[in-house]
Amino acid sequence: MKGRNIVISSILVLSVASIPFVWSDDDSEEWQEYSRHSTGVAKITNPVYLQECGDCHMAYPAGLLPADAWQRVMNGLEDHFGDNAELDPSTRKQITDYLIANSADKSDYRRSQRFAKRDKKSNDNMRITETPYFRHEHNEILARLVITNKEVNSFSNCNSCHQKAEQASFKERDILIPGYGRWDD
Amino acid sequence: MIIIFPFVLLLAGLFSGAVWADNAAVSEMLDVYIQQGAVQPDAQAGKAIWLKTFIASDGSIRSCTTCHGNDLKQSGKHVKTKKLIKPMAPSVNPDRLSKTRNIRKWFRRNCKWTIGRECTVVEKASLLAFINQQ
Ligand code: HEC
Ligand code: HEC
Ligand code: HEC
Repeated sequence: MKGRNIVISSILVLSVASIPFVWSDDDSEEWQEYSRHSTGVAKITNPVYLQECGDCHMAYPAGLLPADAWQRVMNGLEDHFGDNAELDPSTRKQITDYLIANSADKSDYRRSQRFAKRDKKSNDNMRITETPYFRHEHNEILARLVITNKEVNSFSNCNSCHQKAEQASFKERDILIPGYGRWDD
Repeated sequence: MIIIFPFVLLLAGLFSGAVWADNAAVSEMLDVYIQQGAVQPDAQAGKAIWLKTFIASDGSIRSCTTCHGNDLKQSGKHVKTKKLIKPMAPSVNPDRLSKTRNIRKWFRRNCKWTIGRECTVVEKASLLAFINQQ
């Protein structure tokens, strides 16, 4: 009995001790203090993009999707996730050029480089929420905190949980899930 | 002072007149629609289109009120993303109908999404007359 307890608790201790290694992908506060490249992605710098793509949802920072995904999004604005977001050709080109030049795979921000990582679904992906890195970061979050939560409604509403999403920052200390509270893990 | 005061009032009157009654973007768009054949923009007809419901190819019921709500003086909510949409009525939200580019862009998108086709010039003129009265 006692021996078993010791085995169980040492497993516990070991697994707790291993957490920091598994999750030590530069997330410590200390690292965040010293590396601007780990606290978020680059802020939006193009006013036309900010205005044209921020009417129906927050304008997503360009560094959240790789260039080919942005290109697919911009090629299909007439049927945009079930909505119509069509633009005149010159505005569309201007925005496409900006998004591609600042896309996740072109950015030197570490967080963007993660959003640029691919898997077999990436070839036709158009969603930030379908990137492997996004799914990895959010896989613990239960449906009841999102889909059935009227104030969140969809994972696409980054800013309903990440209070500084519109400043392109996704720090854990700025996460507040409506109806659930702060996220401490 | 005595001389300046009425002058200021006059200016203020002119200014508010320009904003409320005689919106430049609205007149410009109405002129375009009238030239294209919308002889008499009819706010009542515009209201009827605003309230009418349409059935989309996926079976969903759609209307201008789906996102803008029934009361144009109040905020609406995007049906899918739930993002707040500021009131459509120019009387409470002076930014509304103040740019021809925005009017064109959103008529195009929202008619296609709601009705399944672009609005005719007659429909656009009537809708514009209706929204502008709010
Ligand atoms: C007319 C409204 C509207 C406009 C304008 C609009 N979008 Fe969207 N967008 C949507 C809707 C609706 C969704 C789907 C949201 C959901 O699934 O919850 C969406 C989703 C997205 C997504 C996927 C988010 C995810 O789930 O990862 C991207 C990327 C996106 N939009 C980019 C853009 C860009 C770029 C523009 C400007 C060219 C733009 N949007 C303009 C309505 C709009
Ligand atoms: C339902 C609330 C919710 C929504 C909506 C949401 N997130 Fe998150 N996000 C979280 C939580 C909670 C975590 C922390 C997960 C963990 O550590 O287990 C997180 C983590 C992250 C991280 C990693 C942060 C870090 O410091 O490691 C990034 C980046 C991120 N989210 C980006 C996004 C983007 C981009 C969107 C929108 C496309 C989004 N999130 C939408 C709740 C949300
Ligand atoms: C799917 C949601 C949705 C539906 C349905 C919808 N709209 Fe809109 N509409 C929007 C959004 C989003 C905006 C831009 C929001 C903003 O400027 O704050 C907008 C803006 C507008 C504008 C621009 C006003 C201005 O000058 O700023 C007009 C005009 C308009 N809508 C008319 C209509 C009409 C007419 C219908 C019905 C045929 C309709 N809308 C249906 C979402 C919708």
